[in-house]
Formats: sequence, C-alpha cells, structure tokens
Amino acid sequence: MHISTSLWTWLAAALTIGVFSFLYKDNPFYRFVESLFVGVSAGYSVVIITANSFIPNLWNPLFKDGNWPYLVPMILGLFYFAMLSKRFAYLTRIPFAFMIGGGAGLALPLAFQTNVIEQVKSTFLFNPGYYKSLGAFIDAAIIFIGVVSILLYFYFGRKRGTKLGLMPRIGVIFLMIGFGASFGYTVMARLALLIGRISFLLGDWLGIIR
Amino acid sequence: MRELFIKLSKMKRSTIFLILIVGMLIPFFVTLKFPYTASPPTKAVFDYIENLPEGSVILVSVDYGPSTLPETEPMLEAILKHAFIKNIRVIGIALTEEGTNLGLRAFENVAKEFKALYNIDIRYGADYVYLGFKSGSEAAILGLGEDIRKVFPKDYSGRDIEDLPMMFNIKNYNDISLVITISSTMLPQQWIIYAQGRYGVPLAIGTTAVLATDWYPYLQSGQIIGLIGGLKGAAEYENLVNWKFKMEGRSLFGMKAIRNMNAVTIAELLIILFILLGNIGYFLEKKGG
Repeated sequence: MHISTSLWTWLAAALTIGVFSFLYKDNPFYRFVESLFVGVSAGYSVVIITANSFIPNLWNPLFKDGNWPYLVPMILGLFYFAMLSKRFAYLTRIPFAFMIGGGAGLALPLAFQTNVIEQVKSTFLFNPGYYKSLGAFIDAAIIFIGVVSILLYFYFGRKRGTKLGLMPRIGVIFLMIGFGASFGYTVMARLALLIGRISFLLGDWLGIIR
Repeated sequence: MRELFIKLSKMKRSTIFLILIVGMLIPFFVTLKFPYTASPPTKAVFDYIENLPEGSVILVSVDYGPSTLPETEPMLEAILKHAFIKNIRVIGIALTEEGTNLGLRAFENVAKEFKALYNIDIRYGADYVYLGFKSGSEAAILGLGEDIRKVFPKDYSGRDIEDLPMMFNIKNYNDISLVITISSTMLPQQWIIYAQGRYGVPLAIGTTAVLATDWYPYLQSGQIIGLIGGLKGAAEYENLVNWKFKMEGRSLFGMKAIRNMNAVTIAELLIILFILLGNIGYFLEKKGG
C-alpha cells in the first residue's frame, strides 16, 4: 500500500468523495464540489477557446498580419454581445442569420445524402446470391423486416386498445429489443464510470491496487 | 422457499448497492479471466489498422471529456499502441475543449510507456503530432478535407506545422488512411456527414456505451468501417493489441480496460441475478394472492 504523496491526487480524491457524499444526502460539500466543477469547466473552456481559436484565427490574422477583411467576422461576432442591451438586441439576428443560413446550406444536402439516401440504400434486400454469406443475408433480412415493421407501426399502427396487424406488432418487438439494447449499454456505461472512480481511489490515491 | 424468494425480492436498495460494490471490488484483488472475444465491429477497426502499410497516417480526433474517461481513454491508448508498434504515424486533434489536454496526456503516456517497456522512441513531429483544439467542428472537419494547414497552422504548443517533419507530405484527407473519432458526444454525426460523406475518407468511431447504439446503422450501411463501443469495446481492442504483442514476444502493457471490464461484468451478473430474483418473488407473491 503506497498512499499518494501528490497534493493534486489528494485534492482529486477529496472532490470525488465530495460528489459521492450525495449518495448519503445533499450536503454543502457536495454543492461546493458541483459549483467548483461548473466554474472550472467554464473557465477552462474560455482559456482553451481563446488560446486555440480566438488568437490564431482572429487576433493574429487581423492585428499581427493586417488582414483587414477579418474585421467583418469580428464585427459580426461582437454583435452577439448586443443581446446584453434591450435597445440593440436586434443586432444579434445578423450573426444568427449567417450561422443558420450557412449551417443549413452546408448540412442539408450532405445530411440528406448520409442520413437518408445511404441508410435507405443499405436497407434494400437483394437476392441471397448478392451477399458474402448466408449469415449476411439473414442479417440484411432481419434489418429489412425491422425497418418496414417499425415504419408500419408508426404510420399505420391503430389506436391503443384495438388490434394491431401482424407487421406493426413485429415492429413493437423490434422497438423493445432496441430499447433493451440501449438500456443494457447505458447500465454498462454507468458502471464503467463508477469503476473508473473506484479504480482511481484505490489505485492512484490509496495505492491498494496497481 | 417461496417466502425466501419473496423476501429477497424486497431487498433494501442500500443492501443491493453494498453487494454490487463488494462484487465490483473483487477483480481488483483477484485475477479473473473473462473471455472478451472481439466483436466484429471492434475487430474491423483492428484489422483495418493491422492491414495498413508501414508509414501510413491516421488522424485521431479526441472528442471526449473527463466525465467519460474510464471508457474512452483506454480506447485511445490501445489504438495508439497498435499504431505506433506498426510504425503508423498519428495526427491528434481535439474538437471538444475538454478533450484537448486529455488527448495530449494519452499520446505522451503511450510514448513514455514505449520507451520504458521496449526502449522504442516515439518521437514528436516524426511519429505523431498533436495539433490541439479547434472550435466550429463542422468548419474544421470540412477544412481538413481541403488543407490541414489552413485549419491548424500551428500545433498544440504553438510550433509552426511546417516545422514538423511528419507533416511535410500531408495536405488533406487524401493523405490520411483512416480517421478515428473517440467521442462521448454527437460529433461522430458530423464526421460521418462532412468527412466521410463529403470526402469519402474511411472513418471509425470509438464511443461510450450510451451512444454506441446510435452509430450501428452507419456500420451496417458501410459508412463507417468499424465501431468500438464502451468499456467492453475498449477491453476487446486491448485484448487484440495484447494478443498481437504476445505473438511478437513483447511484454504486455497494463490492461486497464480489461480489469475494469471484469468489475463491470461481475456487477452486470449481479444485476441480472437481482432482476431474476425480483421477478420470481413478484410472480410467487402474485400467485399466492
């Protein structure tokens, strides 16, 4: 057993225990750690964005290299601060309009291609000879039945209390399997996070495990 | 027996938590060997990197934060170990602020481990570069497809990208064999749309278990080449890398993901047991009236 002599490890251990103390009940130490986390995260983001984006992308090109067209995005960016004033709040609409217009223009064709066209293409069912193996054909058939039955469930499923046709019923089974898989993964994720902290406390801090 | 099951189904929540904690601690003190056979999506990522020729370049985007470190960091470290032992060069970037330093830490830790274990120098600027964080993820991903230098004129420490020998012949995705995003966010969606969809670059995703199911449809459609899902995926990849190292007669790296996954496996077995006991007790009680 080699207890850590690092001040930072002790601090991290204390903060971890502070968060876990909520399991007993809400307390001032927990609230302090929670606030500290929010504050540190915000501060960290400001520093990283300033150093990695603001200075190399705007400050240096504009004020070091004298690249004056960069004034336009700078002014547009400054308009965001207009929301602090009731009188000038309308100015924020201009950068928002650029963001939404540009973002939608960029995303729409590509998102449609990747999320709709490609997904629909991959749902098509071909004859068994098209696939590398029988297993691949069975996989494709299950996906085909799953997609069609779930669509039928959403679009043609009758109101609750009345009998559903066979396909929408199969759709419900597929949905339940999907929810079950998601839930199983979620449980695993939460346990993994807990294990991470236990591993830190027992290993890095107390030195009980290697 | 009936009373026992009914009693067990009404076990206090605090007792369940206590049993889970005790169960999860076992793998930290006793060596357990669960078979983590690689699932096809994880194996696909491993095989893809394994089949890349020496000197190829992969780009790893560190898109996670500290809250998901136990799941995501072992993935990144296992991929880096695999790449470095194969002499594959790695470009590291971050599209989340929080991932910036975490990514750098993983690169440096793996480089140190290579030196300590095998006396192999993993040199910054020749074997890997770390370009740091860039805000505006869509623009950054699209920009990398045109010219990396325009998106990242300097590396994380402020060194000019032109001064890094590894970057001499690398301009855009055409010079990159694989992009891997290790993410605890929805950023893989943007990588799929803008990097794979627009430029056709091969893409793999390493993600938290919570998000893994979101990316399976893209695996089936062939838009991503592989998927490492959660701690289980990380343990599988670690297992594959360890197997490779063992075959080459090398000593093994630490097995962080595998050990943590052992604890998760015990906890999940206990949870399944509690669900069964709860249901048996419920039906026996209902049957008894």
